Parts: sequence; structure tokens; C-alpha cells
Amino acid sequence: MEPDDHSRFKWFALVVVGLVTLGLCPYFLPRFFTYLLALILVTGLVATSLNMALGFGGMYQFHHAVFYGIGAYAVSLMLIKSGLPIVICFVAAPVVSAILALLMGFICVRLSKLYFGMLQLSLGSLVWILVFRWYSFTGGDDGLHGVPVPSWISSVTGSYYFTLIVSVVSLIIMYIVLNSPFGRILQAIRDNSERSESVGIQVRRHQLVTQVIAGFFAGVSGMLFVTVEGSAFPDLLSWTLSLELLIMCLLGGWFTFFGPMLGAAIIVSLRTMVGAYTEYWTTVLAIILMLLIFFLPEGIIGFIETLFKRSHASPGEDL
Amino acid sequence: MDFLTTVTSSGLIQQFLVGLSRTTILFVVASGLSLVLGVLRIPNVAHGSLYMLGAFLCYSFATLFGKNPIGFWVAIVMAPLGVALISLAAERGLFCRLYDREHLMLLLFTFALMLLCRDIVKMIWGAEYRSLAPPVVLQGSLSILDLPFPKYNFFLLSIGPFVALALWFLTQRTKIGKIARAAAVDRDMVSAVGINVSWVFASVFVIGCFLAGLGGALVAPTQNIAQGMDHTIIMESFLIVIAGGLGNVWGALLGALIFGLTDSMGILVWPQFSIVFPYAIVVIVLIFRPKGLLRATW
Repeated sequence: MEPDDHSRFKWFALVVVGLVTLGLCPYFLPRFFTYLLALILVTGLVATSLNMALGFGGMYQFHHAVFYGIGAYAVSLMLIKSGLPIVICFVAAPVVSAILALLMGFICVRLSKLYFGMLQLSLGSLVWILVFRWYSFTGGDDGLHGVPVPSWISSVTGSYYFTLIVSVVSLIIMYIVLNSPFGRILQAIRDNSERSESVGIQVRRHQLVTQVIAGFFAGVSGMLFVTVEGSAFPDLLSWTLSLELLIMCLLGGWFTFFGPMLGAAIIVSLRTMVGAYTEYWTTVLAIILMLLIFFLPEGIIGFIETLFKRSHASPGEDL
Repeated sequence: MDFLTTVTSSGLIQQFLVGLSRTTILFVVASGLSLVLGVLRIPNVAHGSLYMLGAFLCYSFATLFGKNPIGFWVAIVMAPLGVALISLAAERGLFCRLYDREHLMLLLFTFALMLLCRDIVKMIWGAEYRSLAPPVVLQGSLSILDLPFPKYNFFLLSIGPFVALALWFLTQRTKIGKIARAAAVDRDMVSAVGINVSWVFASVFVIGCFLAGLGGALVAPTQNIAQGMDHTIIMESFLIVIAGGLGNVWGALLGALIFGLTDSMGILVWPQFSIVFPYAIVVIVLIFRPKGLLRATW
């Protein structure tokens, strides 16, 4: 085993190098790839927030995209219909998502596992159908286009830097939360909720707070999506997107912090690359997913970690 | 409130019958989903795709045998059988290796199948709409209190109770049904007494998928057969199954009734938002009974 300080320094150096590289990207990458990177960051952020409830909280978050979509709709509607300063709109949108997460969480955390997921699925689909149908307010299935985001943010470079800064800050906050005593308790609940309850942990309350935090950061990424794309549409809260987000978590590794970001990077870039050649992109996704479930159930990062641990463990002490 | 004046009693009855025939389709599909969820514990997202496949197969068989009057009837039997055959292959080839996995994995695996099915349908039938006329016997409409009501919908109405009865007989009176119910409660115990659970699961899965195909075949003459059918029906049938109680076939019937009737009645009250009503009702039911109206099988 390596000394803790040393490995921590290595990680820190890696993160700094990564951030500097990301910060310099717009200077040497074509505009399209800058846009793609921003999209990856946005999708990665919502997948990470999903994984907070799913991988760390053990809650079957079947319809997480609702919070993402509502964040996007909230900021778009506020920018279009209210004269509020842009800063307030950007802050209020995630709060709207968090409030929705609180309401839905309040109903859902009474149950666990599949029942939780099913309940969230039904509540989420009610929100989706409302957004989908309420033409006069949300634009119905057309969505809202041409959201008046100030040009210093909505330009490709501007939205990229805005997304980079906001998502890095959000990731740091989520990382801190998950490594705090709160995060440890959350993982204890995931591993054994009965035992956690019997040692005096308020299981439901912790799960509810996690829902709110996860909903909030999903709202943040929804808000970022609007700065990148300039529009909001019902697909952002469709169940299909929720399932795609689950795939991202699974692909990267759903017991790891950076797994969902990696999964999002792979899926979003593959969709762009493969989508350019064939209209049957979803077949590729389906095959990846099946192979993943059969051969890599812990995801890429999880698999690498297992390999790493195995090479360090003494023989005969597999896993 | 001007909308109340437009509602006449015969209009109400007409909407009620429309709702009931919609309920039939929903029940046939949702009961299959519920069966698979209750016994195999697979939240089968691909169920909606099998429904779509059933509709497209029905269209193709009907056009293939279309020259004689029995073409449609052949199609409506062959299409679900085709779907059942495909699901048998999927079960033996893929699912039977995954039974001990978590729900989440199974859900995502079936999602992969759904994506695959969607592209396969696109490859075979293309992206454009198809439509299928009902057989000559069931064309036209009967009048109920001076309002026309399609004959085909009466046919649908008569199918519903038949399917419900068949499912009741299958689960309560046959040996395989009894084994399946026991396996739903404790699968290890059932295999410990020497029953080959694997084949019981396969048959339940195939029956469930057959129902999805049957639903698709039945709905084919009433609407456009198109891409995207899978998405709507899977959402609706999941809601029905959740509201009724996971794995409970009678719950699926109750849920389908609630869903189908609020949908068709909602049109009379507030046409623009009629599709929202069933979703809202399901959520209200779940707020008060989070585990569904009837007892889940597990």
C-alpha cells in the first residue's frame, strides 16, 4: 500500500493538469469539439448527481432526468417571461429542481428498492406529461427555443467556460458531501439500511436530503444545458433520457465518483461519432449495454479498481 | 362552465365504451408485464417493443394473407405467436443467465432490448406509418343511443373478459400457474423440491410476452402502426402495474380500468389536458397507497 499523502498528491496533480488542459481546450480545439466538451460536462454533471442517489445512496433513481429537465425549463421560462436579473434566474432554476426533488422524495423515500424506483417513475412521468401538454406555458412538444441568454455566456467559448467553472465547482461540492460524515452515513444506509436504522440513523431523512442535493445539481446541469443549447424541450425529462443516464453511471462505474462523468464522455462522444455514420446509433448503444451487463457489471472504473486491487492482493485472496 | 352543456348522456356512454375498449388493450398488455414482473422479477422495459412488434407483425401477416377473408384472423393469431417465439429465444439465450442480478441491471438490460427492437423495426418496416383495416365483418359501426360506435371496439370489449378469465384459470387452476405463484414467493424452495424452475420461468416469460404481442395485434386496426408506439404503451403499462400492485394480475385489470376510463372521460371535461388525468390519478392512488391498490405478489 502506498502512503496516503503520496497518492493524494498524485491525484491532486492529475486534477490540476486535467483542469488546465480543459481550460486551454477552446484555444486549440475546433468550435464543434468545444461545444461537444461542454455537452459532455453538462451530461456528466447530471449523471454524477444521479449517481449520488443511485451508487452512493442505493436509491433506485429511475427518473432522474425530471430534475434535469425542470432545471432547464425553469431557467428558460424565467429568462423568457420574467424580467429578473440573469443571476437570479441561474440560481433559482436549481432551487426549483431541488423543491421538486423534495416533494417527490417526500413521497418516494417511504419505500425502498424497486418500489422506490417505480414510485419515482410514476411521479416523474406526471411531471413529464404536464410539461409535454401545457402548450401555453411550456411550449408543449415543441419546447422553448431561442432562450435569451446573454451573448457572453451563450457563445461557444463563453458557454464552455461557464459550464466548466460551474460543473467543476458542483463536482467539488458533491465530492465533499460524499466524503463528509453525511456521505459516509449515506453509504452505510446503502449497504445495510436495517442495521443503520438500528444504530440510530434517520434513514428516511438522510435519503430525503440526498434527493434534494441530487435534484439541485441535476437542476444546475439543466441550467447549464440551456446556456449551451439555448433551448429546452420535453425530451430533457423523458424516461428514455433517465435510462440513458443510468447507462452512463453503469458504464463508468456506479460505485465510483468519476465513473458517471467517464460514462457520459463515452456515450456523448460515441453518439456524435457513430451518429455521423449511421442512423442506427441506438443499436450500437444497445450492444455496448448488453456487453457491459454481461462482462463489466461494475463499470470501467470499477473494473480497473478491481484489477488494481487484485494485483496488490496476495495470491489466493481474490477480490 | 360551457363544457358541461356539451356533454349529453349518450355522449357519456359513448366515451365510456371508448374508454372500456382502450382498457382492454391496456389490460392485455399490462397483465403480461405484471406477470413477468411478479414471477420473474424483471421490470421488462422491452414489453412495449414487443407490443409494437406485435402490431407490425399483424400488419405484415394481414397483408400477406390479405386475399381471403380469414387473413386478418390468421394475422391476429400468428403475430402474438411470432412475438412469443422471439421472446422464447431471448429468454433462453439471454435472460436465463441474468436471473440473480439486481433489478437495476435487468431494467437496463431490457432497455437495451428495447433500443434494439426499435432499430430492428425501423430496418424491416421503415419509418413511415402503416395502417390496417379491420376485417369486413367488423367494419362499420353500430349505433348506441343514436351515436355511432365502431364494431371493432365491441370485438375488443369481448376479448378483455376472455383474457382475464384465461389468466385467472392459468394462474389459479393449472399446475404451471401454481408452480409459478410458488416460485414468485420463494424460488429456491421451489427448485429444492425438484421442480425445474428455469422452464417455468421461461413459460411465464413467453406467456407475458405473448400478451404484449396480442395487445399490439389487437390495437393494429384502431390506430396508426408507427415507430414510437413502444414508448407510450410502456409508460402507461408500467403506471397501470404500479397502481394496481406489482405482479398482481387483478391489480393490472383495476389499474387498466382506472387509466382507460379517466383518459376517455377526461376528454369530456378538459380535452387539452385529458392525457394528464390518468397520470394524475395514478399518482394520487400512489400517494395514499404507495405499494399499489392490491397486494403485490412479493
